[in-house]
Amino acid sequence: MPKILEKRLIRHPDVYYYKVEAPLISKKAKPGQFVIIRLNEKGERIPLSLADINPDEGTISLIVMSVGKTTTEMSTLNAGDEIRDFCGPLGQPTHIEKYGRVILVGGGFGAAPLYPIARELKAAGNEVTVIMGARSKDLLIYENEMRSLSDKVLITTDDGSKGIKGVVTAALRQELEQSGADMVMAVGPAIMMKFVCGTTVPFGVKTFVSLNSIMIDGTGMCGGCRVSIGGKTRFACIDGPEFNGQEVDWDILINRQKTYLSEEKESFETWKKRHAFAVCE
Amino acid sequence: MEKNSKKISPNKTPIPEQEPAKRRSNFLEVALGYAPELAMKEASRCLQCKQPLCVKGCPVSVPIPQFIRAIKEGDFKKAIDLIKTASFLPAVCGRVCPQEDQCEKYCTLGKKCEPVAIGRLERFAADHAMQTSENGRPEMVGHTGKKVAIVGSGPSGLACAFDLARLGHSVTIFEALHEAGGVLMYGIPEFRLPKEIVAREIELLKDMGVEIITNAVIGKLITIDEIMEQFDACFIGTGAGLPKFMNIEGENLNGVYSANEFLTRVNLMRAYEFPEYDTPIKKGQRVAVIGGGNVAMDSVRTALRLGAKEATIIYRRSENEMPARKEEIHHAKEEGICFELLTNPVRIIGENGWVKAIECVRMDLCEPDESGRSRPVCKAGSEFQIPVDVVIVAIGTGPNPLVPRSTLELALNACGYIVADEGTGRTSREGVFAGGDIVTGAATVILAMGAGRKAAKAINEYLMCE
Ligand SMILES: Cc1cc2nc3c(=O)[nH]c(=O)nc-3n(C[C@H](O)[C@H](O)[C@H](O)COP(=O)(O)OP(=O)(O)OC[C@H]3O[C@@H](n4cnc5c(N)ncnc54)[C@H](O)[C@@H]3O)c2cc1C
Ligand SMILES: Cc1cc2nc3c(=O)[nH]c(=O)nc-3n(C[C@H](O)[C@H](O)[C@H](O)COP(=O)(O)OP(=O)(O)OC[C@H]3O[C@@H](n4cnc5c(N)ncnc54)[C@H](O)[C@@H]3O)c2cc1C
Ligand code: SF4
Ligand code: FES
Repeated sequence: MPKILEKRLIRHPDVYYYKVEAPLISKKAKPGQFVIIRLNEKGERIPLSLADINPDEGTISLIVMSVGKTTTEMSTLNAGDEIRDFCGPLGQPTHIEKYGRVILVGGGFGAAPLYPIARELKAAGNEVTVIMGARSKDLLIYENEMRSLSDKVLITTDDGSKGIKGVVTAALRQELEQSGADMVMAVGPAIMMKFVCGTTVPFGVKTFVSLNSIMIDGTGMCGGCRVSIGGKTRFACIDGPEFNGQEVDWDILINRQKTYLSEEKESFETWKKRHAFAVCE
Repeated sequence: MEKNSKKISPNKTPIPEQEPAKRRSNFLEVALGYAPELAMKEASRCLQCKQPLCVKGCPVSVPIPQFIRAIKEGDFKKAIDLIKTASFLPAVCGRVCPQEDQCEKYCTLGKKCEPVAIGRLERFAADHAMQTSENGRPEMVGHTGKKVAIVGSGPSGLACAFDLARLGHSVTIFEALHEAGGVLMYGIPEFRLPKEIVAREIELLKDMGVEIITNAVIGKLITIDEIMEQFDACFIGTGAGLPKFMNIEGENLNGVYSANEFLTRVNLMRAYEFPEYDTPIKKGQRVAVIGGGNVAMDSVRTALRLGAKEATIIYRRSENEMPARKEEIHHAKEEGICFELLTNPVRIIGENGWVKAIECVRMDLCEPDESGRSRPVCKAGSEFQIPVDVVIVAIGTGPNPLVPRSTLELALNACGYIVADEGTGRTSREGVFAGGDIVTGAATVILAMGAGRKAAKAINEYLMCE
């Protein structure tokens, strides 16, 4: 069972960084891919993106935001603990080539999976601009890491506590108007990716997104992760998770993500009661 | 013969079962199995034909009259030993084989009355052995020093591993999911095939020294090309697990499942014990299942057990054409499953993102098509709606693309299945063999098991003459 080598709180109180020992996966994994984990015998299988890949060390990194039962339970693990099931790398890697000028847009913890992508795009000779957005400055993650390898980093916050006040799409439009782009990629909540795609349409820029539909096996066996791309049914776990954003039927994705809202709540409440777990608000 | 048949009961000895009213709300096994007296009674119905037709109907040629005679004589150990010369998973096959299309179809007795209950007797022999003896570890040959990789742990992979391990080869199974067993584990429900039985067979393999590596998706974590650098041969038994959808309006609404997703949530992830187990499932009040095979029957009966008030099969042909095992159709009827036959869905109607109803048309059967089954055609103007809150699509599966996509020079047919020799499982790549659903398309447990064993024999020959 893969062991957690390092755990850090990177955003108070709910986002943790984990470095996990996974030699085989680290040798194969590419940016844009993900793993599926299961914490225990009764646990659910959940997908998590690769936030970093270190084949020399034989490790991969994950950045996990506690949003419900499994992610919160994961936050109770520490360095030295093992993760029962750890399956990957899954999904298609990001297509890396020399586009020219690329803009990467990260919403919320979406900045984490963008980090290895940014590194590869830079190494392939692209000029990389990163736009990171959050509701407020305390909710930003990975800013320094992104600065260390991008040509330009723009921060937006809804409340104006840091960088440009407003949402990422405003900053993106400005960038596109001022200097254009050869490729845009967005990772984050579905609604934010939808608006990014809306923003790039008039500029005719190729726009990629990473879709986070609900998954179980991650091997193409269940079809639960299906998304509608250009009117065709595709499986996000094997055909994606990255797709041409202009072809995505966002309403289907956003609706399907809500399938289990009441069950997720019930599961989390049951778990909190049993573990006398107080979530800091 | 005439004299004898007077004494022979015209009907199969009934197998004790859970009452329909009770079992429709639990996941425990439906058929409880013969006690020794009942098994001996049923075994005595067998005519012990000189030219047993039943054996010809069995894809792996189990020595049927011989094992039945052993049961009749009360030598249950001999019975299971005889079965095991041909079948590796008798406790599974006795439960899930479509006997009415195989051995029992050809049984001489079946010409005048009900055939011998060969499946039930096979199951009895296997269960009895499991209860009485230890795990049935076979005699094993000393190590050959050869290494074989098996990709996928469904019946084809397990059977192949068993035979190769017995022949002294060092065997490693790579399985994508967190548990081994393939469809036996994630697809076929507990009430038809208790998971403990599959788990025992897997324990036996481990005991024989077979290494099982779970969470290993071949084509992603390791490719077949890399496997061939480290192993002397490889068997691909990855199944036909890619669910098909109908491509009709409303298929992406919340509450629409593929049968694979629905059954995986329940069987592998145990959603029926939510929230004790984390994985949720929508428990529909009114559930429609589209399809007429075993997968559809398993889905609809699972939905019923999850609490559906009304669970309906929608199938475009008539009952005669249903590919499901007859016994399961019978069980489903007993449990109160509704059947909308000669009916085809045209669209799924939603409300606020959720399934609300399914619109169907009635069908007529025309002259048979290439598959020999009558072709259904729509009756114009016969559209009607059934109110439902969950729809399960069980219209078939295709080949999983992960291995084919990532393997060089592996010949595939037009539908994406791996091309392999029927007798040996040889593929276009030297040292790479394949069998089971990934070669034939969705078929049966016994055919997959048989293919695994044929391949094991060919792999052994390949390794030993190298
Ligand atoms: C390809 C992919 C990559 C992801 N990468 C990351 C990551 O790097 N870091 C991170 O924190 N989160 C990531 N997520 C989201 C993460 O999987 C969910 O937050 C997690 O499953 C929530 O589980 P829970 O029990 O804690 O919360 P729950 O309360 O069960 O779920 C909260 C929400 O998460 C989503 N979700 C629930 N179960 C699943 C599931 N099995 N598969 C996908 N989504 C689900 C649903 O929209 C749900 O409403 C990723 C999702 C996908 C599809
Ligand atoms: C619900 C259901 C009910 C059925 N009922 C019956 C019945 O009553 N009687 C009957 O005879 N047959 C029945 N069948 C059919 C039967 O189960 C299959 O024909 C049989 O299991 C096929 O065996 P297999 O070994 O080819 O593959 P599978 O059983 O499909 O196993 C394949 C395994 O390979 C794994 N795998 C796939 N890709 C990879 C990869 N890239 N790397 C590693 N591992 C991988 C999968 O996770 C899986 O565990 C049923 C099928 C289903 C789905
Ligand atoms: S055909 Fe029927 S009666 Fe004859 S040996 Fe086989 S099981 Fe017995
Ligand atoms: S998660 Fe099951 S097919 Fe994608």
